[in-house]
Amino acid sequence: MAAMAARACGGAWRRGWQHGRGVPGPALSPFPRGQRAVACNARVGAVPAGKSGLAPWVPVVGLEIHAQISSNSKLFSGSQVQFAAPPNSLVSFFDASLPGTLPVLNRRCVEAAVMTGLALKCSINKKSLFDRKHYFYADLPAGYQITQQRVPIAVSGSLSYSLCIDSKMSQMVTKTVRIKQIQLEQDSGKSLHDDTRSQTLVDLNRAGVGLMEVVMEPDMCCGEEAAAAVRELQLILQTLGSSQAVMAEGQLRVDANVSVHHPGEPYGVRTEVKNINSIRFLAKAVDYEIQRQIEELENGGTILNETRAFDSKLGCTVPMRDKEGKQDYRFMPEPNLPPLILYDAKSLPANMNHQQVINIDWIHERLPDLPSVKREKLVEQYGILPEHSFALLNEDGLAEFYENVVKQTRMKPKRVIGWVLNNLLSYLKQHSLTVKESPVSSFLLADLLNLLEKKEISSTAAKQVLAELWKGEGKTPLEIVKEQKLQLLQDQKELEQICQAVIDRQENEVMAIKAGNLKVLNKLIGLVQRETQGRSNPVLVKQLLEKKLEVATREKPHK
Amino acid sequence: MLRASLRQVSAALKEGRVTPTELCQQCLSLIKGTKFLNAYITIAEETALKQAEASEERYKRGQPLGVLDGIPVAVKDNFNTAGIETTCASNMLRGYISPYNATVVQKLLDQGAVLLGKTNLDEFAMGSGSTDGVFGPVRNPWSYSRQYKEKSVPKSHSEDKESNWVITGGSSGGSAAAVSSFTCFAALGSDTGGSTRNPAAHCGVVGLKPTYGLISRHGLIPLVNSMDVPGILTRCVDDAAVVLGSLAGHDPKDSTTIQDNFKPFELPSLTDVSKLSIGIPKEYHVPGLSGEILALWSKAADLFQNAGAKVLEVSLPHTRYSIVCYHVLCTAEVASNMARFDGLEYGHRSDMNESTESMYAATRREGFNDVVRGRILSGNYFLLKQNYEKYFVKAQKVRRLIANDFVKVFRSGVDVLLTPTTLSDAAPYKEFIKEDNRTRSAQNDILTQAANMAGLPAINVPTALSERGLPVGLQFIGRSFQEQQLLTVAKWFEKQVQFPMIQLEEVKGHDRDVFQHKKSASFS
Repeated sequence: MAAMAARACGGAWRRGWQHGRGVPGPALSPFPRGQRAVACNARVGAVPAGKSGLAPWVPVVGLEIHAQISSNSKLFSGSQVQFAAPPNSLVSFFDASLPGTLPVLNRRCVEAAVMTGLALKCSINKKSLFDRKHYFYADLPAGYQITQQRVPIAVSGSLSYSLCIDSKMSQMVTKTVRIKQIQLEQDSGKSLHDDTRSQTLVDLNRAGVGLMEVVMEPDMCCGEEAAAAVRELQLILQTLGSSQAVMAEGQLRVDANVSVHHPGEPYGVRTEVKNINSIRFLAKAVDYEIQRQIEELENGGTILNETRAFDSKLGCTVPMRDKEGKQDYRFMPEPNLPPLILYDAKSLPANMNHQQVINIDWIHERLPDLPSVKREKLVEQYGILPEHSFALLNEDGLAEFYENVVKQTRMKPKRVIGWVLNNLLSYLKQHSLTVKESPVSSFLLADLLNLLEKKEISSTAAKQVLAELWKGEGKTPLEIVKEQKLQLLQDQKELEQICQAVIDRQENEVMAIKAGNLKVLNKLIGLVQRETQGRSNPVLVKQLLEKKLEVATREKPHK
Repeated sequence: MLRASLRQVSAALKEGRVTPTELCQQCLSLIKGTKFLNAYITIAEETALKQAEASEERYKRGQPLGVLDGIPVAVKDNFNTAGIETTCASNMLRGYISPYNATVVQKLLDQGAVLLGKTNLDEFAMGSGSTDGVFGPVRNPWSYSRQYKEKSVPKSHSEDKESNWVITGGSSGGSAAAVSSFTCFAALGSDTGGSTRNPAAHCGVVGLKPTYGLISRHGLIPLVNSMDVPGILTRCVDDAAVVLGSLAGHDPKDSTTIQDNFKPFELPSLTDVSKLSIGIPKEYHVPGLSGEILALWSKAADLFQNAGAKVLEVSLPHTRYSIVCYHVLCTAEVASNMARFDGLEYGHRSDMNESTESMYAATRREGFNDVVRGRILSGNYFLLKQNYEKYFVKAQKVRRLIANDFVKVFRSGVDVLLTPTTLSDAAPYKEFIKEDNRTRSAQNDILTQAANMAGLPAINVPTALSERGLPVGLQFIGRSFQEQQLLTVAKWFEKQVQFPMIQLEEVKGHDRDVFQHKKSASFS
């Protein structure tokens, strides 16, 4: 099993390496724009390709992901969970580990973990246990973290994710990574080191917030795969609402375990890369680390089993200051929490208070459509390409926006997708806006596309209108069209005159066309368009030009 | 009035024979008069008087909160009390004022009890003598009783009489001494391996360790979470039932408490014990058990038998592993529980500031005594990855076997077990401190600890005076959550043995010198 996975990965790694150089990431990437390009650039010049000459290196990547549970209160206390609250304003006696305080498990956190486990096809343990993991650190006031080391809440699942395997981003492959386990545990507080005054400030707002640690088996082989898997997990968590999973706010934290070996040989010594705070950086960090290890080994060096931090400014990983060498966490059962017992429809005791029990089947029945299902539905219902469905789900609210536009316009869904992904989305990206913040509503865009569909404006004009709509001045598309006189030229004679004028001016092109190079016709169409400031119907122009030049294209006749 | 039982004084309050304020003032003045016992670490005079006044108002309005309204109580200094220092008799928490009340403390206050102060103990409840706290050892009130003096003191003429005082046992020695010397009507202790029953036996009071999970531990600064239970110290079994009734039941803040509601009960006076089956576990016949206690134990068994009860020898074969097993589990949890005392959020912090680690080390070295540090060290050793299976897991398995022994015996039809509580009567302080804490704890917990391992309810009932004129108690161990049955048997036994009341000599003086001058006459 492992060997098979490794072989497949090796191939993917090389492919990724070769095609990736300096090619800017096209818009339809399964993960946020631009990240792929950066990841690829990182590889350029790292190590000359094929230097080893011998068997290729097989990189192995596993991930440990901490997802902060989206809940009103913490895992074992009643304090509120909130990002960026004033320091130490959300700290209960338990969170500060005052002597004599005891943990009380938050039902919502358990439900979130069960939901996530089910969505990741895990088997949910009907009985799971809590343990203490000991280490001294300023932001860990109890001196131990309550986690699930022995029997976690969910085990043995899998996650399917897709990524593009060619530079045009039009060919997608689906891969699967096994989920080893999901465990519930407490978050730590935050330490802020003030080096100038040599002091450490501790903020316990985060201390005790519920985390789900998702452990992925080392089934991945490059940064891109790791990034795609995490992106898919992020979408799933957000769909479930079990975590907001915003990496920038630390709600999703990814540590990557990376090693390299030759095919057929045992896995190499692995390093753990931490401090990765975006998906883009994850791809970059993993690829850098793979490259570093290969280089190190090819130069006769060895890999240390160490923790490294990703430095996003330098784009490389550096050894982390080790916390007093190797830690022995001295795990011990948490004596203040009885085993966590979950029920299903079969095992549910009859006369049990519903507030006291969690029914796995009940949660299962209420799971929302997962991203993969939503994508399939979009492809099926609207006839769009799979990669379009990825792009739609990649932005929060974009799929809904698209569906709203489709509902309100007569334009075919297949054509609408281009306007949403190529035009609207790129505007949003340029201005770093979310879909919800878009100044162009689905209604306005639908209105605009209807004008286009009714052939009242050309697509060039439509783009101009969109640019105008973007300003958010409250004008309707029709008002803009009228104001800027963007309606299509309806006067056939005027259009014919313009066509004739273009033909008269472009002798060389006309000769080329007559000699059989029909492609040149497009240039003439473009010139007519320019002359009419985009207000001519390109189909009509083409017909007129063909008639005047007495050529017929071999293309299928337009409807 | 101060010698009365809790229920008697409660009746007096109700009838207006005494007011809560008078009662509180008398107790406070007696606390001052017995300061040399060192039973209290903190006396909460001001708040106690306020609570007494509030209680008095309620009585005036004819709306007392219940049996406990206006009753002066004391609480071991390892329970959190809002606004009153909670020290655990450790430098680590000297001056620490908790922002919240332990659930049991809150329950007492909610029912109108008057909290006099916090009682002395071994540091962090680690000990069996109440001799190892930073505020010094607790002296057993019986050291100053006529009974003890008559029998023991004369034989040591040459020595300073003062040096013959005996220990209270521990770790809840302050609470036992407080109840025994009549400075309060009930006190809370904690019981992890016998810490309530042992001092109760040495001080001649009733000490109840309820079933694990019956009373909330929230706010009790833990020793061993899986064995700790708040303990109840009173003058008689009926009083213990009253206090139990006011404390027991589910606490949403302690997930290990029972889910069901607890119904307070009044104890019937048994007249017929012929349906009872009393088990005498043979393994409690341990080396080191004093002859007079052994004799007392058989006498008690005969008492039941003669009254018609079925008395039979039973076996708890794994009990002999209890001590070593307890040592591993206890130190492991101690190591874990003590990790929070790092000087950052609360408690002592060393001035050492070279690095965070050096600050931790210095803080913990300065804050904990040798006993605590020793247990932390061994506990961490047992939890190391390479040792965990060998020690911790094995100890847990043995613990299960010990618990199963009890299950088997009770399943065979035994209602309660009768055993000694301690190996002997209380040792003089100067003898006691010859051995180190670890050896002493291992010896003294031997008869009490197994009940903690199994989570079972157990009670010390003062039984007789030893040859030296010191109290000796016997222990009853009951079935899980069968406190009512256990206490009913204990009450019957209590009535049969008629344990003598302590005859305290001079306690009005404000220091020991006055006491030494033998101004006779006992207090009211």
